[in-house]
Amino acid sequence: MHELTIMKNVVSICEQNAAGSRVTSVTLDVGELSGIVPGALEFCFDSCTKGTLLEGASLKIIIIEPQVRCNGCKALFGARAYHDSCPECGGFDIEILFGEELRVKELEVV
Amino acid sequence: MCTTCGCPTVGEHSHDHDHGHDHSHDHTHTHDDHHHGDGHHHHHEHPTPSQAGQTRTISVETDILDRNNRLAATNRLLFASQGIFTLNLVSSPGSGKTTLLERTLRELGGKVRCAVIEGDQQTDNDAQRIAATGVQVKQINTGAGCHLDAHMILHAAADFDLASLDLLFIENVGNLVCPASFDLGENHKVAVLSVTEGEDKPLKYPHMFHAADVMILNKIDLLPHLTFEVDKCREMALRVNPNITIIEVSAQTGEGMDRWYAWLSQGMADARSKKA
Ligand SMILES: Nc1nc2c(ncn2[C@@H]2O[C@H](COP(=O)(O)OP(=O)(O)OP(=O)(O)O)[C@@H](O)[C@H]2O)c(=O)[nH]1
Ligand SMILES: [Zn+2]
Ligand SMILES: [Zn+2]
Ligand SMILES: [Zn+2]
Repeated sequence: MHELTIMKNVVSICEQNAAGSRVTSVTLDVGELSGIVPGALEFCFDSCTKGTLLEGASLKIIIIEPQVRCNGCKALFGARAYHDSCPECGGFDIEILFGEELRVKELEVV
Repeated sequence: MCTTCGCPTVGEHSHDHDHGHDHSHDHTHTHDDHHHGDGHHHHHEHPTPSQAGQTRTISVETDILDRNNRLAATNRLLFASQGIFTLNLVSSPGSGKTTLLERTLRELGGKVRCAVIEGDQQTDNDAQRIAATGVQVKQINTGAGCHLDAHMILHAAADFDLASLDLLFIENVGNLVCPASFDLGENHKVAVLSVTEGEDKPLKYPHMFHAADVMILNKIDLLPHLTFEVDKCREMALRVNPNITIIEVSAQTGEGMDRWYAWLSQGMADARSKKA
């Protein structure tokens, strides 16, 4: 359950950037390979934002699907897991280009 | 505010907003979220109260683990400057991390200057087992926390005389999920997997085995009593991480420990030679 830690960090990053303004909406980029369960983030959002500039804000989570490169044949392809093999050469040695993100993308403040 | 590293302490919100510079880029608000891949959206909407003011969008683009990662970088520099080889031992509960450490410390003791940071949710049982080997140990209780973070390591390491160390072990909380996300400033994560857990653990917990550079396959003394297939397990670990080094041992009987010591001694030599 480190989603709780993650959400506390989100709140603190948002408060720093909001510089005193009330936050109405938070958008996160969450890669499918980040190891974070979006539902668990949503679950603890209300309790973590209570009493902060984010209280009552909405949470938007953009799921980023993995894009990888095969280190064997350099093919680019989409993957769903670390153990997906290259569709071109069948190799398992892949480099993750996108899909491990865990980022506060933007805020709406009023 | 913490005096060692200047960061706000855990759980405390920083409220000093008077930065001298603008660290965000404002732009007018549009609704076309464009992003990599064909991501779908999760919405968790609250009824927005009617607003008199204009909404503004602030582009943030900050890694959520930014603070941890910056403290981990601080730790890494600190350890490197002293030529210390630092390992973060991760596993499910009970795979044998403490047993592996006990044997390692007893067998290397005298030749290598070691210290251990013990992460545990509630008890100091492991720290006592380590202390019994004569090696200095610092206990961190995470309470309900499911992982160690870089901040905890920064403070725990401050209790050691780093200039007199060659090798620092960090035993993480028994958990194959959360510790994968937190860089502590270690040289390598070492995943300890025991043969009683099933050969498909690397596929079930791919983040951890992807993040680790070494997999210790422990309790091989039990293989005659199990149907565990070592080759299958190796293959699955190599699928999620083609570069992982796999070392088969029994921390109980000592079988296979030579390869582990050889790997450690290579790492220590590298760390020493890179000392600034
Ligand atoms: N047969 C056998 N038992 C082992 C071996 N290594 C550890 N054990 C046993 O496994 C149990 C758990 O070992 P620990 O070293 O406490 O495991 P741990 O990973 O430190 O556990 P946590 O800190 O609670 O996550 C103990 O009963 C050990 O004696 C081994 O190589 N072979
Ligand atoms: Zn390929
Ligand atoms: Zn601190
Ligand atoms: Zn232990």
